[in-house]
Order: sequence, then C-alpha cells, then structure tokens
Amino acid sequence: MRRVAIVGVGMTEFGEHWEMGFRELVAQAGLRAIEDANLAGVKIDAIYGGTMAAGRLIGQEHITALIADYMGLNPIPATRVEAACASGGVALRQGYMAVASGMHDIVVVGGAEKMTDVPVSDAAVALGGAGDQEWELFMGATFPAVYALMARRHMYEYGTKEEELAQVAVKNHYNASKNKYAHFQTPISLETVMNSKMIADPLKLYDCSPISDGAAAVVLAPMEMARQFTDTPIEIIASAQASDTLALCNRKSLTELRATKVAAKKAFEMAHITPGDVDVCEVHDCFTIAEIMAIEDIGFFPKGKGGKATMDGETALNSTISINTSGGLKGCGHPVGATGVKQAVEIVWQLRGEAGDRQVKNAEIGMTHNVGGSGATCVVHIMRRAD
Amino acid sequence: MKIKDDESMNGNGVGIIGYGVYIPRFRIDAEEITKIWGEEASRIKDGLGINEKSVPDIDEDAATIAVEAARNAVAHSGIANPAEIGAIFVGSESHPYAVKPTATIVAEAIQATPNLTAADMEFACKGGTAALQCVMGMCAAGMIKYGMAIGSDTSQGRPGDALEYSAGAGGAAFIVGKEKNEMIAEIKHTCSFTTDTPDFWRRPGADFPSHGGRFTGEPAYFKHIISASQMLMKETGIKPDELDYVVLHQPNGRFPLQAAKMLGIPVEKVKQGLVTPMIGNTYSAASMIGLAAVLDVAKPGERIMLTSFGSGAGSDSFLIEVTDRIEEKRARAKPVQSFVSDKEHIDYGRYVKYRRKLKSL
Repeated sequence: MRRVAIVGVGMTEFGEHWEMGFRELVAQAGLRAIEDANLAGVKIDAIYGGTMAAGRLIGQEHITALIADYMGLNPIPATRVEAACASGGVALRQGYMAVASGMHDIVVVGGAEKMTDVPVSDAAVALGGAGDQEWELFMGATFPAVYALMARRHMYEYGTKEEELAQVAVKNHYNASKNKYAHFQTPISLETVMNSKMIADPLKLYDCSPISDGAAAVVLAPMEMARQFTDTPIEIIASAQASDTLALCNRKSLTELRATKVAAKKAFEMAHITPGDVDVCEVHDCFTIAEIMAIEDIGFFPKGKGGKATMDGETALNSTISINTSGGLKGCGHPVGATGVKQAVEIVWQLRGEAGDRQVKNAEIGMTHNVGGSGATCVVHIMRRAD
Repeated sequence: MKIKDDESMNGNGVGIIGYGVYIPRFRIDAEEITKIWGEEASRIKDGLGINEKSVPDIDEDAATIAVEAARNAVAHSGIANPAEIGAIFVGSESHPYAVKPTATIVAEAIQATPNLTAADMEFACKGGTAALQCVMGMCAAGMIKYGMAIGSDTSQGRPGDALEYSAGAGGAAFIVGKEKNEMIAEIKHTCSFTTDTPDFWRRPGADFPSHGGRFTGEPAYFKHIISASQMLMKETGIKPDELDYVVLHQPNGRFPLQAAKMLGIPVEKVKQGLVTPMIGNTYSAASMIGLAAVLDVAKPGERIMLTSFGSGAGSDSFLIEVTDRIEEKRARAKPVQSFVSDKEHIDYGRYVKYRRKLKSL
C-alpha cells in the first residue's frame, strides 16, 4: 500500500443555505479544496461523494455523477457512498483505499447534504432511515428517542448526569463560536441547555445537533506526490471501519458503540499509537450522549467517566484532549453526508496550524470518528503532520 | 439627503379620509393552548411575543369582520353618502367563498352599491395594503372620488402547529380620497418589493396552510420587509430619525422588533403600532390595524412608515404624513385600544368549536 496524504481541503459554511442547492454547495466546497491544493492543470482521477439521503431530501439520486457533470469532470469515475451519517467518513476511506492501492493518484472526496428544502418532519423521517425501519422508526422511534434510550441507560449504569450531557453542548457551542464555518456562532450557558425544550427525555433541544446544509471536500494524493501541491501535507496514518446491528434491541450493551471500539482499536494498531498520543479529535456528537460514549469507547477516558471528564473540562480546547474543536455536529452543524469529510477538514487545519482562535497548541496527531445511525457503522481516521 | 418634495413622490396628493377597525372579542391565552399540546407557556410567550390571540365567534368570518370595519371607517370619515365610494377592494386569505366576492357583501352593507367597482384580493398577509395601493391609484387618476381598502382575516392554524398560537382574527378599513380638507393623513409615497418566494401557502381545498418553518423568517419576512422599507427611504429621502412611527407587519411580537433594529429604528417608534402581542396575527389586517393604532394617537405633522408583508412574497411600504384634520375626526373613531380591551377569554374547547376545528361539526 502507498502512503496517502491530504493536500487540500475546503468547505462551505454550515447552516441554512436558503439560496444554494445541493450542486452549488458541493461546487463551492470542491473548488475551495481544489484551490487549496493548487490543483490547477492537474488531472483529477476520481471522485467519491458521501451523502445520506439526497433521494429523500432533494429527490435526486445518482448524485455523484451529477456532480462530476456539473463540475466539468466527465468522464472520470464518480462514486456515491452511503452509510447514513457516516457517509462522508466512509467516502474518505474509499478515496484513501483507491490512492493507497495505486488505482488512482489524485482523488477528490466530497460530502454534502441539503436538508432545509424539506419540512423538519420530512427530514426526521429521512434521518430515521439510518436506523432499523421495521424495529425502530416504523414503531415511532426517531433518532432522538433511540439516543435517549442510550442516555438513560448510561445515567442508570454510571450515574452520568443531565448537566454533564449539557456541558458537551456548552463546550461545543463555545468552540463553534471560534469557527466562522459553524452553523452556530454564539456561546451558550448550561442553563440554556438545561432549560431548553424537552425532545426525548432526557435529551433536550440543545442536546441535539441541528439540521444543516453544507458540504466539505478534501484532495488526496500519494505521499510521494504530495509536496507538488503543498508544503504541509497531512498523512492519513490509519483508516478503519466497523459495523454493528442497526437495531438497538439487538445489542448487548446500550452504553457503548461496539463499532466505535472495534474501529478505534484497529486504527490505533495501524497507526502504532495509543489514545494518549492523540492531540485533537473530532467525534460524532449527533447528540451530547454520543460524545460522552465516543470519548469512552475510543479510549480517551474509562467507561462511565466521560461525563465527569467533560464536566471537569478535560475535553475543552487545549486541555487533556481537545474534542470537537470545530464545534462538532452540535455546534458546527450536521449536514449529514458532509460531516465525516468536515471532520477531516478540521483536523487538517489543526495539524497545519491554521485553526485560528481554536488552534490546539503543537497539534501533531489528529483523529476523526464518524458514526452512522445509532452506531451500525463507525469509521475512524488518524492523521499526522508529515513535515 | 433631504426629504424630497411632493412632485418627486408618487402619492399625487391622495390621503386617508377615514379608517375603522374591528377585532372579535373572544381571546384565547397562549397558556391555554400550551396545556393541550404539552408546551411550556413561558417559552411560547417569550419566543413568539404573543400572550393571547383574538378568536372570531361562530357566526363571524372575514366578510362580517370586513363589514364591521367598513362601517366604522365610514362613520369616522364623515362621508354622508357612501354611494360616493367608487371602489371597494377586500384583501384576505380567508375569504368565506372561493368564488363570490367578499367586497360585494361589504358594498351592500354600507350602501355603496350599485355604482362602484368591487373585487377581492389575496396576497397572504398583504392583500389589504395591495388594495390600498389600488384605490390610491384610482383616486389619483380621477376614476373615483373615494376608494375603500380593507384587510380582513380569520386566519387558520393546524391544531398543534406553531401557527395556532398566532393566527388571529380582525379587520381594518381605510377610505382614501383626494380632498385636502377631508384628509387626516396624506399618503406621500408608496413602493413594493416582490419576489416569488414560497414560504407559506394553502392549496385549494386544504383546511390549513403549510409553511416552511424557519424559511418564513430570514429569506421571506425579513428580506422583503427590510428591502421595501429601505426602498421607500431611498425613494423619499427620509431617514429613520425623521419618522415618528413605524408600523411593520407583525406575524408575531418579535419579528417587527427585530426588523426595526435591522433598519436602525428605535423600538419606541414601533411599539404604538404593535398589536399582535394582544390579539395575535390578524394577517391581511395586521399592519393596517397597527396603522390605525398609530393614527389613534398621532399628532398633525407626524410621519409614519407602514410596511406590510405577504407570504409568497412581497412587501408594500408607505410614507404617511398626518394632517391638521386628524384631531377633529378623532372623536368619531373607535380606537384600536377599545377593541383590544373589550375581551372575553375562552377555553380550548370553545375555541375549537368556534373555529370549526371539530371535523364532526
């Protein structure tokens, strides 16, 4: 396998893009990444696009071929990847494997979702497709309900408090306030979260990530070519993916995501590092409980201690481990298919030292953790500064 | 830039010679609705800025409300012979008939028939101000002596929808003429900002409207209200500090205050014309009742900017200057406040009965 580097990144602002459609969002993110990589005049060999529900949300399937067409990239191969909310991360992994294998040299990986063209209720149904239709959504369990079950069990088994869940939102909104690409630009207080409307007990409105529009893109190249495009290539030193049952009722535990544990373990082995070596990590905080479970399952904190660690500030910017410096899904926004790629964009900025007010000091090693549905897919990438 | 002279404005000497409003007396408190749907009252009241909304009685509709407002307007104007009213246009999104005009019912009721033209208008919440522009033009052109523009609605909200807290009922009628000695306020200038923006709609046969949630805000209400208001200020040369009152369409109690802030207009200039917190959003009547509330207290020489908004979407903006005649007609007006204060609270049960939300009725 060849070594693979990210040589360019770009994204749209996340939020409500009333005046942009799916293809405009992708084009903006893609062009920003291509400019960032100084790709002018260089042949792109293939594109991979992650999107979860373009068919339901904008009525358009065959979406990656459309993007190739719209961006004037025909006739290169254009492949859509779908793994619910992990679509972006899995697309990145497909691009990584294509370059690592030697099949392609220059690959652009994009992720996008256009979610605000439909009413919230329609978006909720589209997202519900990430779980088990027959066992969950059809019975009325939308995603907040499924994660609420996990939160309740976590509270029961480990004494995790609602305030600790709320603190995840407070931290991530604070980080988002330092990220001009983030959906939410204003810090919030613990009281705001605790007093927000109950969605699925114990998850309140501010425990949930928002419905956003947005796109993100990265340009991949083999390590030996990377310095043609950038002085600061960021090497992908591990890529791992795992799956689990879609239905929550078929799992042995409600308080951990097995796919996260398996994928993270594989990734650490591949990168020859331990969780303690990671400086900055973007985890999949679709709900606040998801971040607490993620930092435990990855191995940053022991099982059951994630809530306390969050409350103690151990996951804040430039503390024990900087978690979700972008603002995460909670603060930066969650255009589903874009999220996994956005996580990579944020880590690249952090490792290059380009993260501005939210820069993690001396960041050497970064990690992304992208989950599909309630944990039936997990994809993890570890990156390192290559200079 | 100085305020332009009359020749550069398009009002052509037309003004308001009388106005009247009508608001049904029943109210339902937002808290009563939250009890049914498991919401928190304080969150709704703070979030929407609406404490209670007006509810029409079971025998009231947009036509009866329009008639009440029209009668009050005729009385206020001092017009002895309503047959001199040459045009009546009624803007509403809840006309009782799909085919058959509300305007003819009004015309007959106030004895303006038969030598007049009449028609209904629909532009979501701005049908009434569109009617006002039409009668202004007809008066200015000499086609008619007096024209009447009405906004009247008994707006609908699907049970449980956010609209249920805001959709109220009410009407306002304005009589326009060209005689200076009859005029209580001159309409100096008007302009509109219109685009095709599907933020809110109701299909034929549908009981309740659909809306785009948050899309009804920034790209719809704010874009059109701000653009039309700025257009008016640019075309007339007037600046926010030269305006004494500003009335903006008020789908809830918060949007007009936010819009005023964006326009650089102090909240105090908006408060007098802000009635939605007490009666809900009266749709086609909302900004017109707001204007009436301002005229109830305005002094000669004061300047008012009125900007409506209708989903779909568009805004009409007006620069209005109060004349010396306002004081002498004031005694004949039934002030907005008298309707706001005259109220009886009902529970959700009576509300669903009056609003015919029970399908078995």
